Amino acid sequence: MKFSKSLPFRNLAGKPVRTTVLILLTALLSLTVFGGTLMIISLKTGLHSLESRLGADIMVVPYEATTKANLENIVLQGATGYFYMDNARYEKIADCDGIGQISAQFFLASASSSCCSVAVQIIGFDPETDFTITPWIQKSYGQELQKFDVVVGNDLNAFVGDTITFYGIDCHVAAKLDKTGTAFDTAVFTNQETIKALIQSSLDLKMNTFQNIDPEKVVSCVMINAAEGYTVEEIVNDINIHVKKVKAIQTKEMISGISDSLAGISDIISILILVVWVLGVVILLLAFTMSVNERKKEFAVLRVIGASRNRLAGIVMQEALLTCLSGSIIGTALGLVIIMPFHQMIEEQLNLPFLLPASGKIIGFVIAAVLVSVLSGCISAAASAFRISRIDTALILRGDN
Amino acid sequence: MILKAEKISKEFIREMKNTNRFFAVQETDFILESGSLTVLMGRSGSGKSTLLNMFAGLMLPTSGKILLDNTDMYSLPDKELSEFRNRHIGVIPQGQTALHSLNVLENVCLPYTLGGEDAHEADALALLETLEIAPLQAAMPAELSGGELRRMAIARAFLRKPEIILADEPTSDLDDETTKIVFSFLKHAAQNGSAVFVVTHENDAVQYADRVFRMNAGILEEQ
Repeated sequence: MKFSKSLPFRNLAGKPVRTTVLILLTALLSLTVFGGTLMIISLKTGLHSLESRLGADIMVVPYEATTKANLENIVLQGATGYFYMDNARYEKIADCDGIGQISAQFFLASASSSCCSVAVQIIGFDPETDFTITPWIQKSYGQELQKFDVVVGNDLNAFVGDTITFYGIDCHVAAKLDKTGTAFDTAVFTNQETIKALIQSSLDLKMNTFQNIDPEKVVSCVMINAAEGYTVEEIVNDINIHVKKVKAIQTKEMISGISDSLAGISDIISILILVVWVLGVVILLLAFTMSVNERKKEFAVLRVIGASRNRLAGIVMQEALLTCLSGSIIGTALGLVIIMPFHQMIEEQLNLPFLLPASGKIIGFVIAAVLVSVLSGCISAAASAFRISRIDTALILRGDN
Repeated sequence: MILKAEKISKEFIREMKNTNRFFAVQETDFILESGSLTVLMGRSGSGKSTLLNMFAGLMLPTSGKILLDNTDMYSLPDKELSEFRNRHIGVIPQGQTALHSLNVLENVCLPYTLGGEDAHEADALALLETLEIAPLQAAMPAELSGGELRRMAIARAFLRKPEIILADEPTSDLDDETTKIVFSFLKHAAQNGSAVFVVTHENDAVQYADRVFRMNAGILEEQ
């Protein structure tokens, strides 16, 4: 028998308004479950990505950087800015106890004038000591960066092979990084040889706010990983006490604000999911109860014709399955349509790192959301199915007269 | 096929009344034989429909057995009993019994399509022709009169050519002319070997009957 002629399908088609309402309700349920879960996971993935991209326990910057430039804005929010300190301070930091890994980084902000293709944050690193940037550049570009090679963040409108100009110097785009959902998506990375040349050029063009620096003798920040047997707090205190004019910051503390905001948003979304789920299940339960109650006579007729009690329950469950499956597919599709194309806008609105999980995981969430919604619908219909399977056929048929 | 009732009774409990127990059907024996039309008459509430529902396997007797060719009907598991009813017993229930999401022809074909079998539309159409509602085959139940719906239910009960026909007030919504058609139809089924049991208030039914019974306060008496 054709599916379109099956009794559950015909029952649903025969009541288009009721069926549409049930489908929309399930769609809302799955949209909330899928959309909400994807939001929470994307925010968590974004935070995790940010943590791993920072890649160090401690960041040491010139003391004035914490006040003059908003460090967190540069590192976490993608604002442009730069600051420098003497190499000597790097040496003193390196002499502190408990340093496991240490590497200097160099910042420069390109300008939006004709000297530069784009206004972005340029981050330079020392390939010999770097342990924070190199590992994830390696994933996109397995070779060593040559002079004037740059690697661009995923959100920048530049592609491998392009040439982009900073302070009159043409740089070759060697690689484009994968999406991170963080401020690093709008940054450009290069080795220290290139960035020192760029800093010098910015000085030559009198476009650098620091006029009296020697690029060969300055660094912007120092990234540190604690050695075994030392706590991060100990090292931070040691640096802040013994090295003048610098500020050592635990990277965990830097992202704690983001982490708190994320926890808050996750909680709100989780509560929303729970409330919508509970409401959805209750409304579906009522809807299925009403739908079955108003058709009690029809079920009694089916019983007279020869439907077993299990068959009656099966018809109710099949109707619920068809409704909830259609609704949940619509809901998850809607969730994909809303979140996938607009994730950048959502990221900007939330002002938090937001990274969609890999497609495989998203497919997993789609399947899970459909299953949860279908299961919720079936649970809601189960009571009605059970009750209809226990009907007193004779009593119902007599009740009509 | 012989339907035999042995010492069956049906007791109900009225929870809201002082006399909380009463027998809708007093202990009785009964045999419904193939090739005969049996008419059961009696006042409303005398227990006629209760007896019919027990014969249909829809209401467990309080005592006694209902045997179908020596098999106790109520000893069968629900699935088997339902399948048996589907294949061998055609029930015409009281009142309007259409499924409103299906058209007339689909309603008539339900005994087959319910189990996923071929619809046997040609047989269904032939029955609709006999009952003079063939032009309404594509109509939805909401478009039909009470009499037309009743004839549709009769056609549905006959589709599988069941050995036993149990009809509860089959002509209650019908005019005299159609009542005659229906009784002739039931008589014809009996003459073709079916065991036909009709609960009715129609006095004219007697002229079609091979046996006539009367029910009075749960007591069955042959006339």
